[in-house]
Amino acid sequence: MASMEEDGSVEEKDNNNKKRTKSAIAVAWLTFYNIAMTAGWLVLAMAMMRFYLQKATHKGLYKSIARTLKFFQTVALVEVGHCAIGIVRTSVIVTGVQVCSRIFMVWFITNSIKQIQNEESVILFLVVWTLTEITRYSFYTFNLLNHLPYFIKWARYNMFIIMYPLGVAGELLTIYAALPFVRKTGMLSMRLPNKYNISFDYYYFLIIVMLSYIPLFPQLFFHMLRQRRKVLLGEIIVEKDE
Amino acid sequence: MDTVVLEGATHKKAGPGSVPGVPAPPVKRPKAKKAKKAVVFFEVEILDAKTKDKLCFLDKVEPNATIGEIKSMFHKSHPQWYAARQSIRLDPKGKSLKDEDVLQHLPVGTTATFYFRDLGAQISWVTVFLTEYGGPLLLYLMFYFRVPFIYAPKYDFTTSKHWVVHLACMCHSFHYLKRLLETLFVHRFSHGTMPLRNIFKNCTYYWGFAAWMAYYINHPLYTPPTIYGEQQVRIALIIFLFCQVGNFSIHIALRNLRPPGSKTRKIPYPTKNPFTWIFLLVSCPNYTYELGSWFGFTLMTQCLPVAFFTAVGFIQMTVWAKGKHRSYLKEFRDYPPLRSPILPFVL
Repeated sequence: MASMEEDGSVEEKDNNNKKRTKSAIAVAWLTFYNIAMTAGWLVLAMAMMRFYLQKATHKGLYKSIARTLKFFQTVALVEVGHCAIGIVRTSVIVTGVQVCSRIFMVWFITNSIKQIQNEESVILFLVVWTLTEITRYSFYTFNLLNHLPYFIKWARYNMFIIMYPLGVAGELLTIYAALPFVRKTGMLSMRLPNKYNISFDYYYFLIIVMLSYIPLFPQLFFHMLRQRRKVLLGEIIVEKDE
Repeated sequence: MDTVVLEGATHKKAGPGSVPGVPAPPVKRPKAKKAKKAVVFFEVEILDAKTKDKLCFLDKVEPNATIGEIKSMFHKSHPQWYAARQSIRLDPKGKSLKDEDVLQHLPVGTTATFYFRDLGAQISWVTVFLTEYGGPLLLYLMFYFRVPFIYAPKYDFTTSKHWVVHLACMCHSFHYLKRLLETLFVHRFSHGTMPLRNIFKNCTYYWGFAAWMAYYINHPLYTPPTIYGEQQVRIALIIFLFCQVGNFSIHIALRNLRPPGSKTRKIPYPTKNPFTWIFLLVSCPNYTYELGSWFGFTLMTQCLPVAFFTAVGFIQMTVWAKGKHRSYLKEFRDYPPLRSPILPFVL
């Protein structure tokens, strides 16, 4: 790229151009939102650490932070709106899928199936999510304020290499642990005969969800790898057209 | 011939704005074959749109050669790229030129440079349609006759005791049979082919939904309409048949707009057939009637998967109708203003 700023990355330059065309209200709102979310996940991190230090066990940890987690993770739906109205230049579908998968884990797995709330895999993905979100939201905040410390950029584009696989492991193990309880209670399922002539088995649905990680996770992972090469290493990647 | 070639060469320097096809003094020859009448031959070079590599150089190309003919010549030097998968354009990022475009009418010098893009493996529309529609027809019947391994073994090859299930089978089969026959005998396609990957996408959609619907309608534990019972089924059948006839009438009207073998485009208008009078209010009444048919089928079967199929189809057809409506408005200055894309006054 001809005019690369000193600290510059492709994304940063794009952000500057974006900002010039974004209204002041949008910038103010996004800055506030990202600061709030960074703070929220920091609170979660500290609550988790405090619980573990005081009780020396992870049992009951989920219950103690459940309300805060549900609040901050659900509020993230707003990010889909940001993409839809154009103040954030990301695809609505990509953001939608990411947020929905988080909401699904929180509300339809850990919140509804009490018996798995003390599993170690829950702590695993909670820690991963917390670290990832704190990095992500502070990255956005500093970007909007035009003062991005290199270590935050470094963290955002390197931590995922470990965080993604660990997070996926935590989520999959949790869903797997939930399966027997889903089967036993028949929750969220509907059988024939009924007047709508439809049936739904949540147990098999969960199995399909687990299988869908196989095609989806590599795509997301390699997308982040490509972003990393572009942003951190300055590589120019020629996209292969379909 | 040498003088002619020199004149061709000077034309080359004239730049893109000039009319290259205007020949120098026409050579006076006796009425010979058409080939001998050409005075200024063109040279055509074809470059890869992405890498700009020179892929092909054609000399002595007739000025009245069409893009279609150039594609066949290109195919000879690159046999893996048959004409249907070639996209030839003037600009690497521009729109594809049409097969009918004539070389000398294009803004090129006598050495024309075209850019080539590979569209990927192609498959004919007719093949796609026959596969897309044949699947649902056969799959539904498999569920209707309760072929083994679908339901519990004690139900194999039994028939439902509800008459609405038989009716639904007849309607569903009639619908897809109609579509198959229309594909073979009624429709006139603008494009010959579409990308090969479309057939997988389309078949998954049609076959998947057909199996999902058929499974529940023909299930031994199926519950026939309860809200208004027999009356509901009767009204649903009337709506379904009305819309089937309507849809067919529109297909015939659209076919008659286009003479055989041509690709002309005209504004459709109502004909003597009352089912076509909906053209007064709607640009794409074939989609309107299609929506109506599936709405009728949903009512008839009172089956939620059918409702989902109708909803998804409605969304897709609305997208298509809006696109078609927009291109009508762009192409025809005098397009009737009262028309909506798919639903009168609404959408």
